[in-house]
Amino acid sequence: MCLGIPGRIVEISDAANKLATVEIGGVRRPVNIACIVDEEYPVERCLGDWVLVHVGFAMSRIDEEQAARTLEALTELGEVQAELAAMRGSGGG
Amino acid sequence: MNVMTPANSPSGRLRAERVTLAHGGGGKAMRDLIEDVFVAAFRNPEMGEMEDQARLTSAALAEPGARLAFTTDSFVVDPLEFPGGDIGKIAVCGTVNDLAVGGARPLWLSAAFIIEEGVEVALLRRIAESMRGAAEEAGVVIVTGDTKVVGRGAADKLFVTTSGLGVIPAERHLAASRVQAGDVAIVNGVLGDHGAAILAARGDLALSGDIPSDCRSLNGLMEAVIAAAPAVRAARDATRGGLASALNEIAQAAEVGIEIDEAVLPLRSEVKGVCEILGLDPLYLANEGTLVLFVPEPQAEAALAAMRAHPAGEGAVVIGRAVEAHPATVVMKTLFGGQRIVDMLVGEQLPRIC
Amino acid sequence: MKYVDEFRDPEKAKALFREIEALAQRIETKDGKPLQVMEVCGGHTHSIFRYGLEAMLPEKIELVHGPGCPVCVLPMGRVDDCLALAERPEVIFTTFGDAMRVPGSRKSLMQAKAEGADVRMVYSPLDALALARDNPEREVVFFALGFETTMPSTALTVLQAEAEGIANFSLFCNHITIIPTIKAILDSPDLRVDGFLGPGHVSMVIGNRPYDFIARHYRRPLVIAGFEPLDILHALWMLLTQFAEGRCEIENQYDRIVDGEGNRQALEAVAKVFELREFFEWRGLGSIDHSGLRMREAYARFDAERRFPVPQVKIADPASCQCGEVLKGVIKPWQCKVFGTACTPETPVGALMVSSEGSCAAYYQYGGGSRERAPVEAAE
Repeated sequence: MCLGIPGRIVEISDAANKLATVEIGGVRRPVNIACIVDEEYPVERCLGDWVLVHVGFAMSRIDEEQAARTLEALTELGEVQAELAAMRGSGGG
Repeated sequence: MNVMTPANSPSGRLRAERVTLAHGGGGKAMRDLIEDVFVAAFRNPEMGEMEDQARLTSAALAEPGARLAFTTDSFVVDPLEFPGGDIGKIAVCGTVNDLAVGGARPLWLSAAFIIEEGVEVALLRRIAESMRGAAEEAGVVIVTGDTKVVGRGAADKLFVTTSGLGVIPAERHLAASRVQAGDVAIVNGVLGDHGAAILAARGDLALSGDIPSDCRSLNGLMEAVIAAAPAVRAARDATRGGLASALNEIAQAAEVGIEIDEAVLPLRSEVKGVCEILGLDPLYLANEGTLVLFVPEPQAEAALAAMRAHPAGEGAVVIGRAVEAHPATVVMKTLFGGQRIVDMLVGEQLPRIC
Repeated sequence: MKYVDEFRDPEKAKALFREIEALAQRIETKDGKPLQVMEVCGGHTHSIFRYGLEAMLPEKIELVHGPGCPVCVLPMGRVDDCLALAERPEVIFTTFGDAMRVPGSRKSLMQAKAEGADVRMVYSPLDALALARDNPEREVVFFALGFETTMPSTALTVLQAEAEGIANFSLFCNHITIIPTIKAILDSPDLRVDGFLGPGHVSMVIGNRPYDFIARHYRRPLVIAGFEPLDILHALWMLLTQFAEGRCEIENQYDRIVDGEGNRQALEAVAKVFELREFFEWRGLGSIDHSGLRMREAYARFDAERRFPVPQVKIADPASCQCGEVLKGVIKPWQCKVFGTACTPETPVGALMVSSEGSCAAYYQYGGGSRERAPVEAAE
């Protein structure tokens, strides 16, 4: 259900109709950005944003800090395990 | 009827901008279309004899044990022109490749054109010129052909059919059924370019990007590989149905299992992008200049090196091998070390949103 | 590709697999039965099969592939209605590729196209609107389907059509909602599922509050998950951690995309254009109250069901089909009576064989099609 893919907004093509161009792996496609703009976050500010694209609509702005935190948590998980493994190894178990 | 013959009759100049039914009527208009567009592009000694058939000789055929290879293919690509090629180039390369992957040296091609009335003559000229270039590059000669004009709606602009003749030298016996467990599988470059290029070029999905088709002839590459690794067992060009279908055909013909590794499959970033957006699997995207071949392990290095030294094989990589387990089945080790079966598709791969 | 490749990193996956294994050993289940975790969303099912995750998980964990494939659960009667629309000579019928092969009682859209219907695949409802703009003499109908993720896109397209005064565009609305569906599954007496992976992209629209009742009333934990393999494993690890610590909460693994509040603009557009139907029929699950949307009266002129006659005949699921039991995790796909025999992707009998996201189709394709070979993953 609901294929979505991260892309970066590289152009605001029609500010009045809230249309932008998004780039995904070097491929470009027009998208509607009505769901990620409001009075506080106007269309123009979206340039350069990473967004999640679904059926030609930017549905969410990607929180870059959260993404980094998720990856960090996963890395730490690996490190903790490596330490545990080392401890078990040195304990002869 | 071989309509590409009257090379020495007074050559008419085609002035019409678009093809009409008159150009298929058998009269002067047809002669002008054939001469001015096709014969002018393909002119060669074999087709200049004013006969209804090309007459061919080849020393290669006289070698004891040499066999004739004969293939035919129809081309209906839409759009007719796309980044990296057009229907004419594909029609030449596709047939050359069908011969080459069997170990044949392609020599002669026929080309038949079904033209919908209304097609621009300038477009036909470009396509004929592109075919000439592709044939020259592959070292083959277009020796005979045919044109038909049909009413609007009876064909989609232009269909091309090419047949090809080549010679398989006595010592070569490439066949999918000869692949054995332990053989190494090698592809000559990135996967899925043609399929992605066509999807983007159609325009209805509003995708744009630098995605050229991989359309190219592979006979030079095959010669280089066979010279370096004469034990090559089989090769297949991964056209419709992509690499997945080519591998399944080989696995079934040879009754071996095939294992490939997702992590090493070569993919262009743009092709990945198209696949992610449309929910497609690049393993099933069409290629027009990409092959997979199987070679016994001891000669794998030599084959790989020879491919990489050839312009059509610079991106060659080992993608897996044939195995005794799970006969007639292709299994892929995923990025995560998991496994999944790579089956043939039921039908055409469709873009999805779910 | 950024935000994609990092979340497919096999190195990070190794640690997760080991953690999941360790946690699974610690968790005690009733009668030693495996822990059943349902991924509600077909997108998760697709990733699980694509990366071969299932076989790499400990035997203690059993994944149940839930109802979240909107194509699979579309009943035959609705497909027949859509064929009736598509076969009208003035209509250009536009659809996502997913729906092309879904069989109605007589044929699919693919077959209708071959017989002459003007059926066109589009990537976005906006592309359908563009067709309406370019073909003012034709009627363009868009086959609107999908859960909450897709609703805003069709709602906004209708609003755009209204703003531009485009009169020859309409929706055939088959949107369905996730919450009543999860509730229907939770209420079924034979359900064993212990916890859920929540649908990441639906949640990006609706937020995470609507799931509260699952933890509160039904005492089942749910973790909203992204769609990359690391996301799924990470969410599974979070779920197992809840089991191990005796917690039962709604958690969000996909916080780079999902804001707890949901997407206000998207929800407003949906509320403006659509309203709930009293009930909606699902393939495999029967009728579920308030699980479907229709267009509001104010947008009646964009509603294909009001503009054109549709047969609206209810057609029962085939009797031999056990999709409902598969959906609820009561049986595995290959344990169904017709799996791989009468029911194959070429000739689907049940909903779950229809789309590549349906669990039966996934088992069939990635399992090679036979009952013996189907559980390749599960057996290893």
